[in-house]
Amino acid sequence: MPKVMIPTPLRQFTDKQDSVEVAGATVSEILGALTTAYPGLKQNLYTDEGKLRSFVNVYVNDEDIRYMNKDKTPVAATDTVTIVPSIAGGR
Amino acid sequence: MALSQEEIQRYSRHLIMPEVGVEGQEKLKAAKVLLVGTGGLGAPMALYLTAAGVGTIGLVDFDVVDFSNLQRQVIHGTKDVGKPKIDSAIESMNDINPFVKVIRHEVALRSDNALDIIKDYDIVADGTDNFPTRYLVNDACVLLKKPNAYGSIFRFEGQATVFAYPGGPCYRCLYPEPPPPGLVPSCAEGGVLGILPGIVGLVQATEVVKLILGKGDPLVGRLMLYDALGMKFRELKLRRNPECPACGDHPTVTKLIDYEQFCGIPAAPPPQPTGGAPAMGEIDAKGLKAKIDSGDKFVLLDVREPNEFQIGRIPGSILIPLGDLPKRVNELDPNADMVVHCKMGGRSAKAIDFLKTQGFSKLTNLKGGITAWSDQVDPSVPKY
Repeated sequence: MPKVMIPTPLRQFTDKQDSVEVAGATVSEILGALTTAYPGLKQNLYTDEGKLRSFVNVYVNDEDIRYMNKDKTPVAATDTVTIVPSIAGGR
Repeated sequence: MALSQEEIQRYSRHLIMPEVGVEGQEKLKAAKVLLVGTGGLGAPMALYLTAAGVGTIGLVDFDVVDFSNLQRQVIHGTKDVGKPKIDSAIESMNDINPFVKVIRHEVALRSDNALDIIKDYDIVADGTDNFPTRYLVNDACVLLKKPNAYGSIFRFEGQATVFAYPGGPCYRCLYPEPPPPGLVPSCAEGGVLGILPGIVGLVQATEVVKLILGKGDPLVGRLMLYDALGMKFRELKLRRNPECPACGDHPTVTKLIDYEQFCGIPAAPPPQPTGGAPAMGEIDAKGLKAKIDSGDKFVLLDVREPNEFQIGRIPGSILIPLGDLPKRVNELDPNADMVVHCKMGGRSAKAIDFLKTQGFSKLTNLKGGITAWSDQVDPSVPKY
């Protein structure tokens, strides 16, 4: 199953796990399965209208899905999906 | 810019490397670098860029050194607590390398001064800690065509890249919009491993030096992710977005805007956590004390993390961390009168929003959180 890398700020919603394996053949299937398994993630990943939030980027391996097929981007069982939210800390 | 005898002696380990040499060291000496912030990321950058012989370093900071800074901001020492960070930083830098000219900008970087400050520098390194300033620095760098060595940190995790390099992407290509206020925790809320900004800040400093020397492969079009717990460095591809409002083919950001507004922060100064009258649905610390003393029956819910609970707690509180609330909500009585608190009041407000969706109605937020409790009611509860 594809592996989803969970960034630090969102691990509070995944029982502190830094990666989770979920089934799915596209990004939207995988994120759907992920937010079903961990409902707390939903509000952080999606807007009320069900759109992926614009300060959350999703990568399949090292490619940004915005430059592939967006949430329809295919994901193979050996792929890694990485969620990269905006962080601003520096001081 | 010729080097003096003393400088040749000082930089000898650079001079004997073909990638730097006398020519490279002279480039470093001629270079002007602006560091925005002298905190976690700014501190190691300032120390190493000073040691490396970057001729002119500008510092932007208006903060004062606090004890809680010393766990990571290695340019400041215990004796500097209470001093302006800029003074403390300049003292350390002068001691390390008196040949470096340090320029002080003891101001907050704002839309009305950013272009004027940045225009005199060759490279900017962003070590700030908030979204409005990050977008401000980005847009100013894009407008002035100055590369921006970017780094940001949270807990055990860091990101770094170079924005606004000719032909390369900018911060808005990566994140077109900031998160709404409160959704992404800051280091003050979430914590940060003290060593982490050292690693990420020095990645930024390395990129600054490479850009000055014109050597190597700059971190352009690549987002470096660093996970200290797993000790893993990863790299993701980053592209310039032709539709980017700042650096795209038809930019709409042609001057600096109101970044507080852009980030959804109200223009009026936010209410001080400890001052003023509590708003609807809020109780202040003294009010909570009176409520406890009156023997009122209510639930005091603490939504911080267990390690924060260990630092200090309000007597009688029960702990359910915000992240655990969805699955533990059934432990709470929806009809109970409930006061919710966290450290400062942000997470408890989110908890209340969530509890409302679950049918809870008698919810009150402790204004200013346990910090206000420590300030106004019980100073023996440590602030952190």
